[in-house]
Amino acid sequence: MSAITRDEVAHLARLSRLALTDDELDHYATQLDAIIESVAKVAEVAAEDVPPSSHALPLTNVFRPDEVRQSLTPEQALSGAPAVEDDRFRVPRILGEEA
Amino acid sequence: MSLIRKTAAELGAMIAAGEVSAVEVAEAHLDRMAEVEPQVKAFLHVDRETTLGQARAVDARLRAGEKLGPLAGVPIAHKDIFTTHDMPTTAASKILEGWRPPYDATVTRRLREAGLVILGKTNLDEFAMGSSTENSAYHATHNPWDLTRVPGGSSGGSSAAVAAYEAPLATGTDTGGSIRQPASVTGIVGMKPTYGGSSRYGLIAFASSLDTPGPFARNVLDAALLQEVFSGHDPMDSTSIDAPVPSVVEAARHGDVSGMRIGVVKEFAAGEGAQAGVLARFNETVQLLESLGAKVVEVSCPAFASALPAYYLIAPSECSSNLARFDAMRYGLRVGDDGDRSAEEVMALTRAAGFGPEVKRRIMLGTYALSSGYYDAYYGQAQKVRTVISREFEAAFHQVDVLVSPTTPTTAFPIGERADDPMAMYLADLYTIPSNLTGNAAISVPCGLADEDGLPVGLQIMAPVLGDDRCYRVGAAVEQALESRWGGSLLAKAPAL
Repeated sequence: MSAITRDEVAHLARLSRLALTDDELDHYATQLDAIIESVAKVAEVAAEDVPPSSHALPLTNVFRPDEVRQSLTPEQALSGAPAVEDDRFRVPRILGEEA
Repeated sequence: MSLIRKTAAELGAMIAAGEVSAVEVAEAHLDRMAEVEPQVKAFLHVDRETTLGQARAVDARLRAGEKLGPLAGVPIAHKDIFTTHDMPTTAASKILEGWRPPYDATVTRRLREAGLVILGKTNLDEFAMGSSTENSAYHATHNPWDLTRVPGGSSGGSSAAVAAYEAPLATGTDTGGSIRQPASVTGIVGMKPTYGGSSRYGLIAFASSLDTPGPFARNVLDAALLQEVFSGHDPMDSTSIDAPVPSVVEAARHGDVSGMRIGVVKEFAAGEGAQAGVLARFNETVQLLESLGAKVVEVSCPAFASALPAYYLIAPSECSSNLARFDAMRYGLRVGDDGDRSAEEVMALTRAAGFGPEVKRRIMLGTYALSSGYYDAYYGQAQKVRTVISREFEAAFHQVDVLVSPTTPTTAFPIGERADDPMAMYLADLYTIPSNLTGNAAISVPCGLADEDGLPVGLQIMAPVLGDDRCYRVGAAVEQALESRWGGSLLAKAPAL
């Protein structure tokens, strides 16, 4: 049985904000199926009572004094923007037509 | 001997003594690049004037009596995943084509402060995802030993530039082996420092709990000198370690393994799937270490076999989150904004157009591993395996000072051979991944040529967290013994370009 179906890949693509073609969906379904089957081997390690590690080192949160510091100017911050208007990032519409 | 064949330490000393200027050294390397780049294709961005401007500034600083470090005026190839305000930064992705970052990465800033001269930005697998540099959205890079083969990856532009004498030094980043594996297959030295030992600020993020900047060089001492330049605590990276940097240069100057306990990782020495020539050179090097006075023991780390699957859940999970920032709104590519489409549609069209196949695969794999219903079985279990591997390292380092293995199971493979087979590609990182999951230091040093194909083989030396100096101490001892046997560096055996 395959670990992942084409419909599931289409769902993952939507969640990932990737507009994939039908051919790509077929291609990735086959590849992801093989990869997931392989990585599922992590289940073979007996680790029921083991705590998870999200990180390599046991670091805790790091704080700094809440002081105003030099940061990017508006010009610098907007320097790579695809579209700019009135010192702001210009973006496509966010709400639907009915809104 | 021409300037391009000198070590970084030699060049630094000559520049400091006024025997040669930083401009002359930069010019020699830029000329070499002009000569061999058509074949090697190590760089994504080269800007002769910007580089010479940096060199002139270093010469002026030195003339003014400014006290700079031992690498002042030495040229370096910089992986195109570190931000640079005066050169484009693309991570070899179309989604960042032509992007000029408004700030320098901490690593970049420290290179400049120490007077290193940036020759250009090197090619990589897109967003550092890959083991061959074939996943670059721009072009493949060719291994100077055999131009039909890959230079490793993801830092393959950096490894190729150093091996082709285009630069004496290069930066890289290592998330699953992306410094050590390319160093191994191009016959040079590559080091993954302890995680948190070098700053990630301004490094375009792939998997934040694993990404580690590190050095490439043609010898162990040069790598240590470079690591020392950019290491150390950085308040801009909250995972940066606030502790003294291990004395790596001192260790690199004193290669000596007498009395050291060296552990051979049994599971990796067994060589399942490894090339015979790689295992032969590895076993000889272990014997060499013994003859140099080290006590060699076999150490079993059974969970290391599960590091690869754990990594291919953890790294894609972190990548799916990190790469969400490429949303077509604030910087980078925007596709399909016709005034009618919604932001969400524009985002999906941009990401489909701007990301290559491997990046898309990993984003979707990570999204899958993190989704409800699968989280515990995949990402959660992988995090537990990470703990089990840490415990095995900890137990091993009670018995021995360092662990050794081959760096990668095979020599450089032909361009195209694994391009359509992700699982085959992932196997290149089999031996390097455990050290990323646990954050410990690990280096690759050349240990000979495989009999089958005459291509370089690397020895991996793994040390505990903040034990970076041990990697250099053992690496220097191996280098010294092997180079006296060979009558020079391994790279001297490479065919002329």
